[in-house]
Amino acid sequence: MNKREFKSNFRSTLLLRKDPILLIAISLILISLFLFILFPLAKVCIVAFQKDGKYSLVNFKEAFGFWYYRRAFINSVVVGLLTALIGTVVGFIFAYSIVRAKIPGKKFFNIIATIPIVSPPFIGALAIIMLFGRNGFISSVLLRISDANIYGFKGLLLAQVITFFPVSYITLRGVLESISPTLEDAAMDLGGNRFTIFMKVTLPLAIPGIASSILVLFVESLADFGNPMILAGSEFPILSVQAFLEITGMYNLGKGAALAFVLLVPSLSAYILQKYWVSKKQYITVTGKPTASSNKIVSDKARNILFVICILIATLVLLIYASIIYGAFATSWGNDSSLTLKHFIYVFDVGFNSLIDTLIIAGISTPISGVLGMLIAYLIVRKKFLGRKFMGLTSMLSFAVPGTVIGIGYILAFNSSPFYLTGTLIILLLNFIFRYIPVGIQGGVAVLGQIDPSIEEAAEDLGADSSITFRRITLPLMVPAFFSGLIFAFVRSMTAISAAIFLVSANWNLMTVQIMSQVESGRIGAAAAFSVILVLIILISMFIINTILKLKYNTKSSLLSN
Amino acid sequence: MSVKLIDVTKIFKDQDDASKEFKAVDGVNIEIKDGEMVTFLGPSGCGKTTTLRMISGFETPTNGDIYIDGDFVNDIPANKRNSSMVFQSYAIFPHLTVKENIGFGLTLKKNSKDKIAKDVNEIMEIMGLTTLANRQPSQLSGGQQQRVALARAIVNRPKVLLFDEPLSNLDAKLREQMRIEIRRIQKKFGITSIYVTHDQVEAMTVSDRIMIMDKGVIMQIGTPVEVYSQPNNYFVASFIGRANFIPSKVLSKNKNSIELDVKGKKEIYNSYVSALNKNDDVYIVVRPEGLELSKNEKMLFEGKVKSAVYLGSTMEYEIEVDQLDDVIVAISNNPIKEGFFKEGDMINIGFDSKSTHVIKK
Repeated sequence: MNKREFKSNFRSTLLLRKDPILLIAISLILISLFLFILFPLAKVCIVAFQKDGKYSLVNFKEAFGFWYYRRAFINSVVVGLLTALIGTVVGFIFAYSIVRAKIPGKKFFNIIATIPIVSPPFIGALAIIMLFGRNGFISSVLLRISDANIYGFKGLLLAQVITFFPVSYITLRGVLESISPTLEDAAMDLGGNRFTIFMKVTLPLAIPGIASSILVLFVESLADFGNPMILAGSEFPILSVQAFLEITGMYNLGKGAALAFVLLVPSLSAYILQKYWVSKKQYITVTGKPTASSNKIVSDKARNILFVICILIATLVLLIYASIIYGAFATSWGNDSSLTLKHFIYVFDVGFNSLIDTLIIAGISTPISGVLGMLIAYLIVRKKFLGRKFMGLTSMLSFAVPGTVIGIGYILAFNSSPFYLTGTLIILLLNFIFRYIPVGIQGGVAVLGQIDPSIEEAAEDLGADSSITFRRITLPLMVPAFFSGLIFAFVRSMTAISAAIFLVSANWNLMTVQIMSQVESGRIGAAAAFSVILVLIILISMFIINTILKLKYNTKSSLLSN
Repeated sequence: MSVKLIDVTKIFKDQDDASKEFKAVDGVNIEIKDGEMVTFLGPSGCGKTTTLRMISGFETPTNGDIYIDGDFVNDIPANKRNSSMVFQSYAIFPHLTVKENIGFGLTLKKNSKDKIAKDVNEIMEIMGLTTLANRQPSQLSGGQQQRVALARAIVNRPKVLLFDEPLSNLDAKLREQMRIEIRRIQKKFGITSIYVTHDQVEAMTVSDRIMIMDKGVIMQIGTPVEVYSQPNNYFVASFIGRANFIPSKVLSKNKNSIELDVKGKKEIYNSYVSALNKNDDVYIVVRPEGLELSKNEKMLFEGKVKSAVYLGSTMEYEIEVDQLDDVIVAISNNPIKEGFFKEGDMINIGFDSKSTHVIKK
């Protein structure tokens, strides 16, 4: 920011004097973003670079002098890269088959590819153990392999690909839809054959989207905690899990922070690369109304091949959910498949409190996070003030920072006065609110882009100050986006684990953490029953919100539509 | 309730490169009198809308002072200024009914429910909106939305009413209707109004005075008659209507007239810009309808008809004259009496000094 720009922003900020509510809102948001996003991250960096009160690299030397942690770093990056590549390929195949090849059963495949997004991220891992593990249905019952070992590289990669390919699918579906089919028609008209057209027109136009998908998946995989916690095993260390164990197992904060810092660097770089470079290279070739194309760009043979691949992937996804459901009712998975309700009874005995806690925490944090997200979107899109860019950047930061790092940051930042929050409800709420505002912000920014700014100016012109304009004009228009964001934030809060696992206590526990500990103590049936209940709650809540939306606003949330 | 602008300047910075600046409005001075309707007219990018937005409070002037009704308003935000705007896109709140849209400003001012209902009904009556009171904006035509926007602005009885190209989204016929309606309403309520447009016909028909701008600078402020018949400079003369520019030189300046050298002949002219001096190069501005054409009678110029277009009530000619760089545009207002000329005809062109105005070259 140069001097003149600063001066002009400063002038605009001064003008806010006349609008005290807006000024207060901006100040409060800036302070809380600083306190609950930046401060914990700074704390991780400070602790990582400090030993006995002095700045040094000792923590890093100690951590990475140990071969095991060097391996963990390499493993994390390798699994991250492979997940990113394979997940993007799978996502692209799905997106291409649905958008371009028009395979039969588009709706079905679309649902298959979005289900994993609304489930806890470790369901894949749990099911993979149930299918391919020592007592696995496929490995042990069908193939009769005794001592099957799915732990480690293979299992983790499989689990992560299944967990994250939907993210790639959604990105690439958007990209492919934005490539006008008439371009392919034109290429065909000029005499290209189908393969040449795909290689020379479709693929090059999709490249920025593909690059973006790879980077996003890399960030997600590095940040993943649930899958590696369950599946990586001690032979195949993964950085996020090791940082957790270092802190909660060894109480070595310095070393844990150093590991977290190392985890942060590749994530942040990939995120920055994606946001500031790749996303600016996107081609937009559809303008105005979508052109209906009689596109024959995919031959029948190719369509059949794509169809078969999609069926195979869909089968795997269905198998995962089927085994979770079946596992929840089976007496002893892999040994005794007679049906029982004992797991559910056990869950209600042991885990009822965590169920209530989870609902309370998600129920309080989600609406706050949603409103805050809309408010921040409104401020950064429509208002001029000092610190606007700062607000935009920090509030989106949680997208890039692995939950493990945030969790460690919260422990470090809020376990001493003036913020002694360890073990309280507040720390969990704050964490959830500030982790999931980016979802609301993104939705809000997109909707605001479609609302003519003069509508808000008209309200202002008629005498409304910023808070009235926001409450009575902007917010009602943002309602559909608000609820979409709300559903996402709710799903995320219900399924969160990576940061939350650091913050739970005897008083406030979460279902996801309970599921994790059931898996660890080998009670697969109970973990499955827990997961079924969790997914049910999510589906019911989504149904309720969607019904409200439909009845009251005649719109649908975008999550499971099309 | 007057509006006064003193040396108002607005500088925008380039979005990507803050060192690049753009002077959107440059030293604008104007006083708009109580009840007057003034149009800001100019090509797109001339600064007219920015000036309007500074009066409404959506932009802050970089320099200069703005007064509404004698009060200094630079530091007063848009929502505290007693001005109402009619937006180009109408900006009707899509989630409120017609009635709720119109009453929005009144509810904010904490009026009683009865008073709001009474005022809203009254204005809907005047604007012919009564039957649409409970409609959603999506069920309105463009012209109806325009009426709602106008009603919503007027119902607050603002000190000044601002129009930002309000008719540009309507078709030609509706535009003409609304133009008349806006002027009728404005006169009925006697509201001081500022109207921004790039359409000179619109400006001529709705305003008491017109402020013509180019590149952020005022080119001329005057009544429609003044800006058409006595343009200040080449820009105004060519922007308002069509004009022929005959180059000439000032021979001498008297008290109420100047003597020009036109093709070696001395001629006296009475209408001219005041800043002229002896030996200045000037243009004699002659409107197309001010030219006289004749086949036989010898006049000032002789030229060849390049095109002749018959429009029924008028006949339009383009005539090439050897001594002049630009073609001459002439309109014959009663072609049946004055006679038709064909393309390729050689004709004589002249003009009475009463139909001219002299500006600096």
